Amino acid sequence: MSALVIVLIVCAIAAAGFVLGRARALASAGGDIRGLHSLPSYYGLNVALAALLPALLLLALWSIAQPLLVERSVAAMLPDGVDSALVMSDVRRVADGLALAVAQGALSPQEVAALDADATDLRATLGDVGVALGSAVTPEILDAARTHRAMSATGDLWRAIVVIAAALAGTAVGWSVTNSALRARNLVERVALALLAFAASVAILTTLGIVLSLIFNTLEFFRLYPASEFFLGTTWSPSFGGGSELGILPLLWGTLYISFIALLVAVPIGLFAAIYLSEYASPGVRGIVKPLLEMLAGIPTIVYGLFALLTVGPLLVELFGNGGPLGLGWMDGGTAVMTAGLVMGIMLIPFVSSLSDDIINAVPQALRDGSLGLGATRSETVRQVILPAALPGIVGAVLLAASRAIGETMIVVLGAGAAARLSMNPFDAMTTVTAKIVSQLTGDADFSSPEALVAFALGMTLFVITLVLNVFALWIVRTYREQYD
Amino acid sequence: MDDLRRTEALLSQQQTKISARNVQVWYGDTHAIKDVSVEIADKTTTAFIGPSGCGKSTFLRCINRMNDTIPAARIEGDIEIDGEDIYDRRVDPVRLRAKVGMVFQKPNPFPKSIYDNVAYGPRIHGLARGRAELDAIVEKALRRAALWNEVKDRLTAPGTGLSGGQQQRLCIARAVATEPEVLLMDEPCSALDPIATAQVEELIDELRQNYSVVIVTHSMQQAARVSQKTAFFHLGHLVEFGDTATIFTNPEDSRTESYISGRIG
Ligand SMILES: Nc1ncnc2c1ncn2[C@@H]1O[C@H](COP(=O)(O)OP(=O)(O)OP(=O)(O)O)[C@@H](O)[C@H]1O
Ligand SMILES: [Mg+2]
Repeated sequence: MSALVIVLIVCAIAAAGFVLGRARALASAGGDIRGLHSLPSYYGLNVALAALLPALLLLALWSIAQPLLVERSVAAMLPDGVDSALVMSDVRRVADGLALAVAQGALSPQEVAALDADATDLRATLGDVGVALGSAVTPEILDAARTHRAMSATGDLWRAIVVIAAALAGTAVGWSVTNSALRARNLVERVALALLAFAASVAILTTLGIVLSLIFNTLEFFRLYPASEFFLGTTWSPSFGGGSELGILPLLWGTLYISFIALLVAVPIGLFAAIYLSEYASPGVRGIVKPLLEMLAGIPTIVYGLFALLTVGPLLVELFGNGGPLGLGWMDGGTAVMTAGLVMGIMLIPFVSSLSDDIINAVPQALRDGSLGLGATRSETVRQVILPAALPGIVGAVLLAASRAIGETMIVVLGAGAAARLSMNPFDAMTTVTAKIVSQLTGDADFSSPEALVAFALGMTLFVITLVLNVFALWIVRTYREQYD
Repeated sequence: MDDLRRTEALLSQQQTKISARNVQVWYGDTHAIKDVSVEIADKTTTAFIGPSGCGKSTFLRCINRMNDTIPAARIEGDIEIDGEDIYDRRVDPVRLRAKVGMVFQKPNPFPKSIYDNVAYGPRIHGLARGRAELDAIVEKALRRAALWNEVKDRLTAPGTGLSGGQQQRLCIARAVATEPEVLLMDEPCSALDPIATAQVEELIDELRQNYSVVIVTHSMQQAARVSQKTAFFHLGHLVEFGDTATIFTNPEDSRTESYISGRIG
């Protein structure tokens, strides 16, 4: 019985439990709701939860544990000395294929039991039901797969029985304790609390898991490649044949240079736009411009990348390249730090402006009144009262924008080029940490080679940089707040 | 000699500084000020009294066009200062507000140092020619607001770190530092103890020698102590306006009498 069917059955039992619990609570109070500690539906809910929670928990645990146990005992059957991870994945595929073949009627259970690896072309049979196998099936694998299938089938049956029994037992217990004095409302409240806490911990645990996997893979990389060369090397030339030089500095330089140009574009424009919107614009203008600006924030970054590649790059080449009207000859190709930086800046404008707008709006009107009442103009008020008061928040917004710029990938891939180099010229092509992570992991990389694992070290570096930026942003906001509130 | 001074004072009191005619104010659909006409004399203190929400602050804010900053507010009628219509197009509200200072109902110090708070107006209007002059202006303003002794050792501390009453006096110092010709004070003593209140009242009396002061207050005693003229507002109407002594001893309108004796409010 599949897990979905079991869940449906358990839900049906819980629904029945709800009705029963409600009825019993009402009956125990003689039909008078005022005689109950809680509203009748709480008693129903209490019974339903008693059915639902243990059963579903059991189902989840069983579904995790069963494959592990089955594979452990199947692996024990296999001859020693084979690469068990590879063989086990074959076994699993064959077992799944057999199950599918039976389900689709291509094989009968008896036929499966009688299968002979040497006599039948199992690969072709399974191919017919949509399971592709890399190599022919050996007798050992077929045996293991048959055992695997049999054990899984038995396990599934027991799973269904145990889970449904748990649901029934839960209903029975919940129902039997239902009486007018039971504090069903408080019990339901406690379950709600547990549910919310569970959701919060899932988020935290996933983050923790991601960080841990980053750390382990980074350590693995540093076992294969010296950390000092990674952090201090000035050349980036990976080659999967070996002898790569994996120095992060050119990539970090590219990242910071592009982010710097992006912020140079985004911060003044975004901030001025925010000041205009919050201090000068009439409600009508504001009502149109603000949503328009925020729409910019919804454009996928790949579109900005296209814009960089097809519009901004060629335009810059025309201006600053050889034979341009300025005759500067600074730029050879459309992909350059400047191209990516400008476009990324445009991308960040709505981000900076909408955050700053919120922050400026949060400055109390009384401060504006105070300044205007002393005969200050609006721009004097903005410069001398509003911006200083909003500064911590604005710095926070800028640092958040910087985090985004550092983590941005698509615009860089399309706009900045792929050459890792340390150069001061903003019209040179350069590349960034994120773009190199992509290029190291796409293609036929062997995931245990240093050339692929370096991606984790790069990711970890980015993670640490953005973390430091965010902590710094928080710190700034805190210190200023202590001073001014 | 004494008599001469008094007649002089009387003479100048007759001179009208602010003259409002048929002023109406709406906030959206709320009719907050209904047809108010009043003449406020130069070198006098005028008190606005009346129950909460009757429009005292609103009317006060009309006099320096602070209501311009509220999008929902709409004003009709004329207000003239020194014979000049302040709602005329040619009048720059920024210049007007430098001339007509205001102390707000709620203290609103800037998130700056105490010194910078007081120096804000003088700096903007270029009243000081050097650091020393600015220091002198700041000290004088803080002394007039009876705050100097409490803050002279911590002029660089943030103004927002002061107590509520100190903040209120800081805002008074900030307003007088720009040397306005008219000072509008919206409940300037609401958070002050009796000693500070007495000092602020002394300041008002001093300012009155040269300027025209308008003060909103909920304290009848204060109105009686500091003002020469009193205006009683009720539900957006100016019910009665006249010499303070007359209003408090012999009011014409029964509503004024009830309010003063504490029966409405
Ligand atoms: N910004 C505003 N928007 C809308 N309505 C307002 C606004 N300010 C004041 N009002 C309304 O205008 C009326 C007069 O308000 P105002 O602040 O002038 O009263 P007040 O006499 O100063 O009262 P208080 O003694 O409590 O300060 C009130 O009904 C108030 O609700
Ligand atoms: Mg008021």
